[in-house]
Amino acid sequence: MSAAGSAALRDPAWLGRLFWLCAGLALLWPLGLATEFRPWVLLEPDSLRVSARFLGDFFPPSLQPDFLLLVARETWRTVAMATAGITLALLLAIPLTLLSTRVLSISALSGRMAAGPFWVRQLLRWLMIVLRSVPELVWALVFVRVVGLGPTAGVLAIALTYGGMLGKVYGEILESGDGQVGEALLRNGSSRLQTFFYALLPQNAAELCSYTVYRWECAIRSSVVLGFVGAGGLGQQLDGSMKMFNGAEVSTMLLVFMALVALADRTSAWLRRVLQ
Amino acid sequence: MSRGKRFLVGLALLVLASFWSLDLQWAQFFSLDAARSMGRFLGEFFPPDLSPAFVRKVGWGALETLAMSALGTLIAAAVGLLLAWPASRLPGDGRSIGPFTGRMPLRLLLNALRSVPELVWAALLLISAGLGPLAGTLALAVHTTGVLGRLFADALENIDPGPSLALRAQGLGKGRVLLYAGLPQVLPQLLSYTLYRWENNIRAAAVLGVVGAGGLGQLLAFHMGLFQMGKTATVLGAMLLLVALVDALSYWCRRRMG
Repeated sequence: MSAAGSAALRDPAWLGRLFWLCAGLALLWPLGLATEFRPWVLLEPDSLRVSARFLGDFFPPSLQPDFLLLVARETWRTVAMATAGITLALLLAIPLTLLSTRVLSISALSGRMAAGPFWVRQLLRWLMIVLRSVPELVWALVFVRVVGLGPTAGVLAIALTYGGMLGKVYGEILESGDGQVGEALLRNGSSRLQTFFYALLPQNAAELCSYTVYRWECAIRSSVVLGFVGAGGLGQQLDGSMKMFNGAEVSTMLLVFMALVALADRTSAWLRRVLQ
Repeated sequence: MSRGKRFLVGLALLVLASFWSLDLQWAQFFSLDAARSMGRFLGEFFPPDLSPAFVRKVGWGALETLAMSALGTLIAAAVGLLLAWPASRLPGDGRSIGPFTGRMPLRLLLNALRSVPELVWAALLLISAGLGPLAGTLALAVHTTGVLGRLFADALENIDPGPSLALRAQGLGKGRVLLYAGLPQVLPQLLSYTLYRWENNIRAAAVLGVVGAGGLGQLLAFHMGLFQMGKTATVLGAMLLLVALVDALSYWCRRRMG
């Protein structure tokens, strides 16, 4: 009776579990080596002293009036960079979408798209892939070299990366909708632009706007990151204060940044709800 | 004015104020000088440095990037799960037992971890972890913990309450309810969240190094800083290749699964 009881209590899959546990550990080992994963260096006296001093500085956050003024100005510049970047991205994405979307093709009405238009669209698609697959930070690094430190590089970086992203997603949105209305207009001889304004835009406006607002929210977050390579805004100040080990300033800016992200999150959620 | 018009006017004002206040240097950017320096800059990328020794170094950088993203995601998944458990309200835990006190503070913590980008975490962690991939790995882990912890907690709160209630009625504690009723239900979802974040983290890990946190980004910043443009071009190429491979692989997986 007791033997049967203990057999029933024994995990029938223990061999498999043990094997996968060992296999997992064997896989973790090279990962740890490759990433020089030695977290105990965090606890060495030297680094512990530096971190303790830095973190100790965090409280109280720096609240000097002129510093707060500076933070407010840089926060606005961060938002402005994102807004300007998204505006330029739109200027880039709208023509790219109009030229590359399949639903505005006249030759495709009669079955297969002609070779010329097909390759134009394909080339533009590849261009958009290149634009968005270079990370914005890398674009910013390149533009900082060309136009110097400051927000111009950040705005250009956001414009190019987000232009590629918006162009791709706009195209997908237009193609996923009901194609019949647009097709009917095209067949009856309206131009591509007329078809876009009278069929595609009214159908998809809400979705297009809500995606754009979402991307604007993402751009605010990434414009802070771009500051770290010298593209101005809150990120550049944060980088400077970290290099000076000024914990009080860092903690103020981190708090402001978190508040900014939360605010952008709320605004974007509210706008998207209103737009739907 | 109608609501829509007010919104449009507000939007136009925001855009105008942005361009006006940023003193963007378009003149400088579109000048002949800038075009020439841009041309020279791009010209210096060619030829990329393809000597075997350097290609091997870049290959190691790419492996380091992959390892950073994998380990960071793994740590984040483990810690995220640990935090998601107290951050979620299990069925039968609602007002009948009393609100679970750890939930709100933990959610706030997860939100805070999530709202600071990886790169900022990396710059912060450099101070205690020093230059190198350790800071990058930890930065990815910290940010992803916030993201995954919240997703996991939401998944755990949205399960079918039947099995959990049945186990609770038998008098099992919260830990065992989670292990035997919660986890089995959400495991596939948790796995797919984790894989999705891993994909994001590979992309993030490639550029994290720009602040000195290891991987391809560190090579990029290093060689660009020394104006070795041939080597920079190779690193950039490797970065784009890595991102393209990840994109293709994830597209293929989605096609197969979807």
